[in-house]
Amino acid sequence: MRSHRNARDQQASGRRLTRRAALLGGAQLSFMGLLGWRMRHLQVDQADEFRMLAEENRINIRLIPPSRGEIFDRNGAAIASNEPAYRITIVREDAGDVDAVLTRLSQLIDLDPADIERAKAEMDRSAPFLPITLAERVSWEDVSKIAVNTPALPGITPDVGLSRFYPLAKDFAHVVGYVGPVSDYDLSKIEDPDQLLRIPRFQIGKVGLEARMEDELRGSAGTRRVEVNAVGRVMRELDRQEGQPGANLQLTTDVMLQNYVQARLGDESAAAVVIDTTNGDLLAVGSAPSFDPNLFVRGISVSDYRALTQNNHRPLAAKSVQGIYPPGSTFKMVVALAGLDEGLITPEETFWCGGYLEVANRRFHCWKRGGHGHVNMAQSLRESCDVYYYELASRVGIEKVSAMANRLGLGIRHDLPLSAVAAGLAPTKAWKKEVRGEDWLIGDTVNASIGQGFVLASPLQLAVMTARVATGRSVTPRLIKSIDGVEQPSGSGESLGLNPTHLNYVRDGMYEVSNSRKGTGYSSRIIAETMRMAGKSGTSQVRNITAAERAAGVTSNDDLPWERRDHALWVDFAPFDDPKIAVAVVVEHGGGGSSVAAPIARDITLQALYNGDPPLDAYPAKDRDRIAEQQDRLRALRPDLGQDSKSRA
Amino acid sequence: MSYLEYAVKTTPSGLRKVLYLNWPLVLLLTAVASVGFLMLYSVSGGSLSPWAEPQMKRFGVGLIGMFVIAMVPVWFWRNVSGVAYGLSLLLLLYVEFFGHVGMGAQRWINLGFIRLQPSELMKIALVMFLAAYYDWLPVKKVSHPLWVLIPVLIIVLPTFLVVKQPDLGTAILLLTGGGAVMFLAGVHWAYFATVISAAVGLVWAVFQSRGTDWQLIKDYQFRRIDTFLDPSQDQLGAGYHITQSKIALGSGGWTGRGYMQGTQSRLNFLPEKHTDFIFTTLAEEFGFVGSVSLLALYALIMVFCVGSAMNNQNRYASLLTLGIATTFFLFFAVNMSMVMGLAPVVGVPLPLVSYGGSAMLVLMLAFGLVQSAHIHKPR
Repeated sequence: MRSHRNARDQQASGRRLTRRAALLGGAQLSFMGLLGWRMRHLQVDQADEFRMLAEENRINIRLIPPSRGEIFDRNGAAIASNEPAYRITIVREDAGDVDAVLTRLSQLIDLDPADIERAKAEMDRSAPFLPITLAERVSWEDVSKIAVNTPALPGITPDVGLSRFYPLAKDFAHVVGYVGPVSDYDLSKIEDPDQLLRIPRFQIGKVGLEARMEDELRGSAGTRRVEVNAVGRVMRELDRQEGQPGANLQLTTDVMLQNYVQARLGDESAAAVVIDTTNGDLLAVGSAPSFDPNLFVRGISVSDYRALTQNNHRPLAAKSVQGIYPPGSTFKMVVALAGLDEGLITPEETFWCGGYLEVANRRFHCWKRGGHGHVNMAQSLRESCDVYYYELASRVGIEKVSAMANRLGLGIRHDLPLSAVAAGLAPTKAWKKEVRGEDWLIGDTVNASIGQGFVLASPLQLAVMTARVATGRSVTPRLIKSIDGVEQPSGSGESLGLNPTHLNYVRDGMYEVSNSRKGTGYSSRIIAETMRMAGKSGTSQVRNITAAERAAGVTSNDDLPWERRDHALWVDFAPFDDPKIAVAVVVEHGGGGSSVAAPIARDITLQALYNGDPPLDAYPAKDRDRIAEQQDRLRALRPDLGQDSKSRA
Repeated sequence: MSYLEYAVKTTPSGLRKVLYLNWPLVLLLTAVASVGFLMLYSVSGGSLSPWAEPQMKRFGVGLIGMFVIAMVPVWFWRNVSGVAYGLSLLLLLYVEFFGHVGMGAQRWINLGFIRLQPSELMKIALVMFLAAYYDWLPVKKVSHPLWVLIPVLIIVLPTFLVVKQPDLGTAILLLTGGGAVMFLAGVHWAYFATVISAAVGLVWAVFQSRGTDWQLIKDYQFRRIDTFLDPSQDQLGAGYHITQSKIALGSGGWTGRGYMQGTQSRLNFLPEKHTDFIFTTLAEEFGFVGSVSLLALYALIMVFCVGSAMNNQNRYASLLTLGIATTFFLFFAVNMSMVMGLAPVVGVPLPLVSYGGSAMLVLMLAFGLVQSAHIHKPR
């Protein structure tokens, strides 16, 4: 074709081109060989390893939350149960026109505009295939409305889960506590938290039994293996393994008695504990005022929460186990038993009460200004003479008194699965030195002898103390009767090793408190022969009465502001001949123990003994009209256990 | 004496040219493209849209384009080589200066029915122009420094523009493809030895430049090299592409998971599964047997091209054919090395299989040139 190029030249270039083409082709072919070798390496030699990695990619393990263990009373009535909670979710991707769908939905059911705004904001942030919650705790009625209108509501799905429900609302708030969604704070407290806790809005116990028994109640998660795509959307379920539901708890409490206790305490800032003296079962653990734990499960509103925290009667506190009070004269049994046990006094020995005792240049007054005259042990308990115990405690010494207090269950923490169970305080010289850095004074012993000064006890401890006095055994409180049907150890306890005669002196003294005309608790006695109770009143000061005040005449409690009034206390056990229960009642700033706490305790005692409303003839005749009216009023507050009370134990 | 035997002796003309097409090559190209349709159908979850159908249409257009180009005598293409090169260069300059003003680092010009990437066009135009240059240049002068400098400039100019875009993959293709034509034309060994040692030096310099203010390549390119060297250091970020594609490849095993059963691509773990990484889907679903078969198809295409070139007495025609074959080889060699973790992820599609209009069309036109050279070879 080209005339200017000679044939030799062309031939030479052609040869060279062919040579180099072959060379290049060869190089390319060997590179393809390399590619083939690499394919073999990846696809044949390492196939198993990569196949496994592909499976790991594709398969995701999702948790199935277990159903939380339920809580029943001693007769099988539900205290905490799980109820289906319906919520409405929307999947943006499926909805298409989100606004149109939401408009149609809000015509159908009531939606909170704030919820819609929140859901829209959440939708903008998350993947289009993720369900976003529009409304929680939707009624079954609304759910069925949505179900009927499904075609008009693309992307809207009613979703069912289990949520905690406390059918008895206020009655058990201070015992079972409540659950709530896991918070970051909760997680930070737990080492190596269960994977379940990572589920958004998973409910865990926050307070009370729910919190303390969390591990038993929670159960273990089931798993389902799902195939997911690269962005985590679930394509299909491969298999599932059901989890282990949480353990059911049966409590020692009786819902009817608990309800009565709460109703009887009413609006007072008060606590009451009823314990079975034979085995330590806590039949009722009341604290008033109370609150509805369901509010917390749902997410309590700011105003509701503020109302609870700003109430000076402290509804959130479980006063029966957390509240500690100077036990006042209810402490006198401890001092009496300490004296008897040490052999430092006989029941017949008397002290002279002239209205006060001078110790270390200080006058310690008896509540009775004129004094009791010659007082023996029975009389000192019956009339609650203070000077007798000033003298006795001075003789016995604080160490022996506190040791006896510990033996009777005061100043030691009882191991109950409740939040912040208080240890109270039975003071010793070493304690004061260590905590206050001061030496023990004789005045401190005198103050402690009547349950004032440093001595502190919770209503639970006072009930335990009374049960121990009534039985002579180391009765230990028990709240959980069985876990998943497994009976828990009884709290009947060993013998305290106290001389039965000594115990009988004290019990007789307590019997006289309630049943002797001169007893401080006589007006709140029980008439029924077989149900007679033995009690002890207590009135503990929360202020110091100054000399000036005393000179001007002690100001009456009623004239003081509520916070400065005396605490009213009462402990008792019954029936006297064969003790079955012990009761402790504390009414914060209630006034006198015998006038305020005793009637409440007597009503609770009778209610417990008769296992329901007692006959009116168990009461003193003059009280019967008032009691009848009170019974009617409280009966109206009783829960209807119609269907729930079927025995599940 | 049949009519056919007689016809072979003369240069065919008119429609009879169709009989002289390299038909096995046409069949091979169609076979490879069909593998592409099959895989695009699979990665879209068993649907012709959005990828398989447009790809088929483009292949149809490409096939027609190939035939049209094949019909035109190869000496016409030699004569317009310079124009093709100049035009491609102008278009490259155009996207260089106007693409930035428009939308980000835009590399293409919208022609309505197709988005034309001038860099794709340049891959072929460069080979055409170099082939024409060496056809024109007397063989004696081939290794003369001055006559070596000219083709070097011809190669470096568009490469520089492409690197600026930045499109490292195309730059490598241009540089290597152009170099291959020079090598085939008979340029002295010493030049290549010098250039290769200089390249090694340059790589060293590039790594030295890292973090200094005269840094030679972009940070993201550095990161790609890093993750190529050690993909495990950033599993969810930069190393994700390579790791996931190796998982897909490897999990294919001998015979694969079956058509449309590949979990890696079906569940979207694979990035760019319809474009640069489509080979991984093939490897996952058809296994070693499938991937080697595709490699064999490519090898056959190469064999037919090289065979055709070696039988061609025309210097331009054979240089052109070999240049195009080498470019084609570089396409799939770089792409496969990339997805198998042998080379950094540089963004080179799998020729005729990956979804994409420009590359498909330009490759079909290039094979039109090969066919033209084949038909119009001196007999």
